[in-house]
Amino acid sequence: MTAYNALVQPFVEFGFMRRALVACLALGLSCGPVGTLLVLRRMSLAGDAMAHALLPGAAVAFLLVGLSLPAMSLGAFIAALAVAGVAGGVARFTSQREDASLAGFYLIAMASGVMLISLRGNSVDLMRVLFGSILAVDDAALLLVASVASASLLVLALVWRPLLVECFDPGFLRAVGGHGGWHHQLFLVLLVANLVAGFQALGTLMAVGLLMLPAIAARCWAHAVPQLSAIACGIAMVCGWGGLLLSYHLGLPSGPAIVLLAGAVYLLSLCLGTRDSLRSRFFPAHRHRAA
Amino acid sequence: MSVTTVPSPAPITLDNVTLCYRDRPAVHHLSGSFMPGSMTAVVGPNGAGKSTLLAGLMGRLAPSTGTIGLPGAPARHIAYLPQQAEIDRSFPVQVLDVVMLGHWGRLGAWRAATGAHRSQARAALAAVGLVGMERRAIGELSAGQFQRVLFARLLLQDAPVILLDEPFNAVDERTTADLLTLLHRWHAEGRTVVAVLHDLAQVRAHFSRTLLLAREPIAWGATAMVLQPTNLQRARLQAEHWEAQAPWCAVPEGGAVFPRAAA
Repeated sequence: MTAYNALVQPFVEFGFMRRALVACLALGLSCGPVGTLLVLRRMSLAGDAMAHALLPGAAVAFLLVGLSLPAMSLGAFIAALAVAGVAGGVARFTSQREDASLAGFYLIAMASGVMLISLRGNSVDLMRVLFGSILAVDDAALLLVASVASASLLVLALVWRPLLVECFDPGFLRAVGGHGGWHHQLFLVLLVANLVAGFQALGTLMAVGLLMLPAIAARCWAHAVPQLSAIACGIAMVCGWGGLLLSYHLGLPSGPAIVLLAGAVYLLSLCLGTRDSLRSRFFPAHRHRAA
Repeated sequence: MSVTTVPSPAPITLDNVTLCYRDRPAVHHLSGSFMPGSMTAVVGPNGAGKSTLLAGLMGRLAPSTGTIGLPGAPARHIAYLPQQAEIDRSFPVQVLDVVMLGHWGRLGAWRAATGAHRSQARAALAAVGLVGMERRAIGELSAGQFQRVLFARLLLQDAPVILLDEPFNAVDERTTADLLTLLHRWHAEGRTVVAVLHDLAQVRAHFSRTLLLAREPIAWGATAMVLQPTNLQRARLQAEHWEAQAPWCAVPEGGAVFPRAAA
C-alpha cells in the first residue's frame, strides 16, 4: 500500500469520507480557540458536563420526529443551554458552588436522556446518539458544522480581548468598565454550539473530546494564547484526518478513533512537550544563561 | 510618551459616606475631599476600611449613606491598582501585552493597536526600568518586576486620578524608591494620587496629605498634623473595638467633616 493509498485515496474515492473530513477540519478550526479559552477559563469540567447535557434534548427530539439532524441539534442546543443556565442560576441565588450544581444537573440530564431513548428506541439508536456516526454526515450536517465553525470564529473575534482579560485580571476589566456578564454568556452559547456540532460527528459522550484534548496538549508546547490556539487547531485537524483513516482502514468506529488519536497526541505531548511536560520536569535543561 | 493630561478640575468629594458589608460598616460616616492634584496617603490598621474606601471610589460598592462625588466616570478618569490577589500570574501572556492593556480606554475591546501604541507601551516599560523585558512571560518575573509592569500599565492609562492599594507590598527598597519617583512625577503632572500605605516613615517622607482611617475617620489633613501619637493611638483603639451585637448606628446626618481647619 503506497502512502497515497493509505493517506489520500479514501477521500478521493468516497464522498462520505470527503464530507467527514471537511466536517472534522471545520470542527478543528473552531475547537482550537474555543478549547484554548475553555482551558484558560478553568472550565474544562464544565465543558464536559455541558456535553453530557446535550443528551436529553437530542433524545426528546428523536422521540418526537425520529432521526432528524436539525431537530436533534436544536433539542440538544436547548437542553445544554438550559442546564448551563439553571446551574448558573442555582450558583448565583443559593450558596451552592457552580461546579456542584452543574454536576447535579448534568447527571439528571444524562440519566433522563438515556431513559427516554431506551423507552422508545433500540440500542442502535442509543449508541448512535451517545457515540455519533461521523461516516453518516450528510450535507445538512456538514452545513451545520461549517456554520457553527464560521460563526464561532466571528463571535470569538468580537469578544476575544475581554474574554482573555477577564480570566487574566478580572479586577482590571471591571475598573476600566469593560466588564459585563454578556461575553461570558456569549462564550457559553458558543461552547454549546460547538458541542452540538461535535455531537453529530463524535456523539454526546465525546463531543468535548476535540475541544479539550488538543487544547490541553497545546499547553505542553507553547506559552502564548495565539500559539496555543493555532497548535490546538492543528492537532484537532490532524486527529480528525488520522482518525478517519484509522477508522476506514481498520474498520473502527470513527468517533472513538478520532478522540483516541487526540488522546494519544495529548499523552505524547505530556511526555515530550517543551513546556510543563514530564520531560521538562524529570530531565530539566541544566543549560542556562549567565544572567 | 505623551503625558499631558489636563488635571481634573473637580475634587473627589465624600459627603457622610458609609460603606458596608451587609450591616457592618467598613467605612463609617466619612466626609471630606481629595483636591485635584493632591497626593494623599490613606493609612490605618488592618480592617480600617482603606481598601473598601478605594472600592467605593471605583463604584464597586454603593454607599449605604451619603454620596461620593467624582470628577467623571471611574472607568475613564480613575486608574486603579488593587492588591495583587486577583491577577492570575500563571496566565500565558507576555509583559508587553499586559502593559498594552493600559490603552483599554482608547482601544476598548475591538480597535486595533498601532505601532504608535506599541512604542508608547515600550516607553512606559522603559520608564519603570524594564527595558528589554517585553517578550518575557509574566510568570517568569519577580514580585517587584511584576509590580513595575503594573505601574507601566498605569502610566499608559494616563488617568487624572490614580488609586493605589498597598502598591509597595513585597517590593524591595530599590523598586519602592523607583516607583515612588513615578508617584511624584504623576503628582507634578497635576494628577490626583491616593495610595493606601502601611509604612508611616514613607508616608511622612513622600506624602503631603494623609487620611487616617479606623473605620471611623480619625484625622484627614497635612501629614505632620494627622500622624501625631494621639491620633495613631486613637486609631489603634478604634480598630480593636468590635462588638458582636453593636446597636444600630444613629449618627446624625453629617458626621465628622474633613479637612478640619488645622489642615
